[in-house]
Amino acid sequence: MTVMTDKKHTTENLSMKAGNQENAKKVVYDTKDLNLWYGEGHALKNINLAINENEVTAIIGPSGCGKSTYIKTLNRMVELVPSVKISGEILYRGRNILEKGYQVEDLRTSVGMVFQKPNPFPKSIYENIAYGPKIHGIRDKKILDEIVEKSLRGAAIWDEVKDRLNQNAYGLSGGQQQRICIARALAIEPDVILMDEPTSALDPISTLKVEELVQELKKDFSIIIVTHNMQQAARISDKTAFFLNGEVIEFAETDKIFSNPSDKRTEDYITGRFG
Amino acid sequence: MAKSVVHDSGKKLNVREIIQEKKKTKSINNTTEKLIPKILFGIAAISVFTTIGIVLTLLTETIAFFRDVPFIDFFTGTKLKPLGENAVFGVLPLLTGTLISTGIAMLVAIPVGLMTAVFLSEYASEKTRRLLKPILEVLAGIPTIVYGFFAFTFVTPLLRSFIPGLEPTNILSPGIVMGIMIIPMVASLSEDAMSSVPNAMREGALALGATKLEVTWKVVIPAAISGIIASFVLGISRAIGETMIVAIASGSSKNFTFDVTQSMQTMTAYIVEVTGGEAAAGTTLYYSLYAVAMTLFVFTLIMNLIAQYISRRFREEY
Repeated sequence: MTVMTDKKHTTENLSMKAGNQENAKKVVYDTKDLNLWYGEGHALKNINLAINENEVTAIIGPSGCGKSTYIKTLNRMVELVPSVKISGEILYRGRNILEKGYQVEDLRTSVGMVFQKPNPFPKSIYENIAYGPKIHGIRDKKILDEIVEKSLRGAAIWDEVKDRLNQNAYGLSGGQQQRICIARALAIEPDVILMDEPTSALDPISTLKVEELVQELKKDFSIIIVTHNMQQAARISDKTAFFLNGEVIEFAETDKIFSNPSDKRTEDYITGRFG
Repeated sequence: MAKSVVHDSGKKLNVREIIQEKKKTKSINNTTEKLIPKILFGIAAISVFTTIGIVLTLLTETIAFFRDVPFIDFFTGTKLKPLGENAVFGVLPLLTGTLISTGIAMLVAIPVGLMTAVFLSEYASEKTRRLLKPILEVLAGIPTIVYGFFAFTFVTPLLRSFIPGLEPTNILSPGIVMGIMIIPMVASLSEDAMSSVPNAMREGALALGATKLEVTWKVVIPAAISGIIASFVLGISRAIGETMIVAIASGSSKNFTFDVTQSMQTMTAYIVEVTGGEAAAGTTLYYSLYAVAMTLFVFTLIMNLIAQYISRRFREEY
C-alpha cells in the first residue's frame, strides 16, 4: 500500500521542510475573481486570495459575510445548495477546480473538511475513522488498524478512546466528537484541511484542545479555518482574511491585521465596534 | 409600570391584578388537569383490553380444537381435508401456502420498494419527489379486492403466456400482486427513515470524497436501517395477513407443495372459505378456524419480535 509511504509524517522531516521553506512558501489555493450567487443574492464578490501551504489561514468576519460560503466553495460543497451560481477561478495546486470535468471526489479526497457541528457517522469510533480509507479502496485490516490509531493520535484523542473503539461515536462528548471528525479527515491524509467554525459548538476546554491541535497539524497540512472568534484567529493563525458583505476587505499577516490594520473597517471590526 | 387597563368587569385594574382575578377561576381547570389523564388512560386501555379479549377467545377455542385433533397431527399433518367424513386437519398445506405467497411478495416488494426509497430520498429532485410520493401512496389505497381481481384476470393470463404450465389459479400470481401492493408501504416508510438521516452526515461523507452511491449505501442506509427493517417487517406482516388477493387468485386447493405454479391455500384464505361455508358452532371444523387463526397470530407475533430484535441489534444511534 502506497498510502502509508507517500507522505512522510515524521516530525524531524517536517520541521526540516518548514525551515527550508520559511521564505518561499508555495501557494496551495489561488482564488481569482470569484463571484458566487445564491439565486439572486450576490454572496461572494470578486474574491482574490492566495493561500499558502503549511500555514493556518483564518477567515473572520460578521455573520452573513460569506466566510462559510467561501470555505465551502474551496471543496465545492457549496454546490449542494441547489440555486448556486459561481464564476471566476479557484486554482488548487495550479488547477482550476471550477472547470468542467474536474472530479469533485478527487478534490474532496485531498481537501478534508471539519464542520461547524460535529457530524460523526452513527457508527463505531473505529468505523468512523476507517470510513474514508475504506471508500478509497483500503480493505486490509492491518493497514486500517494502523490508520485508525495514527489518525486518532493525530487528532489528540487516542488516549481517550483507545479502549472503546467499538463504541458508537455518539456516546462521546461534543468536543471529543469534533476531534473524531478531525481524525476522520486526517485518515485519508489530505493536503488541506478546511475548518468551518470548528469550535463554535464546543465548550472552552474542548476549544482549547482543538486550537492546540490546529497548531500541531499545520506542520503537516495547510489549514483554512473560518472562525467567529477573533481571539481564536489571533491565537492560532498565520494569516487572516477579513470578509465583509461578501468582499475581502483585508488579507495580511495575522499580527498585522490585529495590531495595525490598513482598512478602517477591519479596525472597527476587530476592536468590536460592530459584528 | 402601574398603568391601569379597563377590565371586562368595568373596573380599572392593572395587568397583575387581572391575572390574580383570573386565577380564582382556575380551580376548575385544576380538576380538568387531574381528570384528563385518567380519561386518556381509560381510552388507551380499550385497545389493550380488546387485544387481551381476542387472545383469550382464540386460546379457549384453540384448546377446544386440540381436544379433537392432537397437537402433533395438526402441526405435522400434510393433509387438510376439513369437510365430509374422515376430516383430516393438517395445517402444513396452509403454512406453506402462506410462507410461499409471502416469500414471493417480499421478493418483489423489498428490492423494488428499497430502490424506490433510495431514488426518492437521495436522487430525486424536490419537485419529482413531491409528484411521485403521493402517486405511490395512492397505490397503497387501492382496495385489496381490486388487486385480487387484477391478479386473477390480468396477471395470471399474462404469466401463462410465458409459463405454459401455470394453472389458472396459482400462488405465483397473487404473490407477485401482493408484492406490488406492499411496494408503497416499504418505499414510503424506508424513504421516511432515509430522509430523516441528518444532512450533516451526508456532508461528512461527501467531504471525504465519497460518491453519491457510497454515501447512500454506507452512510444513509446503515443510519436508517432500523426504519428500513421495520418497513420490511410491516410488509411481511401485511403479506401474511393478506386475504382477498390469495383467496381470489390462488383458489382453494389444499395442496402441500412447493411448486408455485400450482394452486395453494393460505391460512387467511382458509378462514374465508370456512366462515363462508357451513361451520356449525361446536364442530371440529368450527374450532379449526380458531386454531388456524391462533397459528396466524403466533406467526405475526414472532415476526414482530424478530423485527424488534433485528432493528435494535443493527440500530445506529444518532
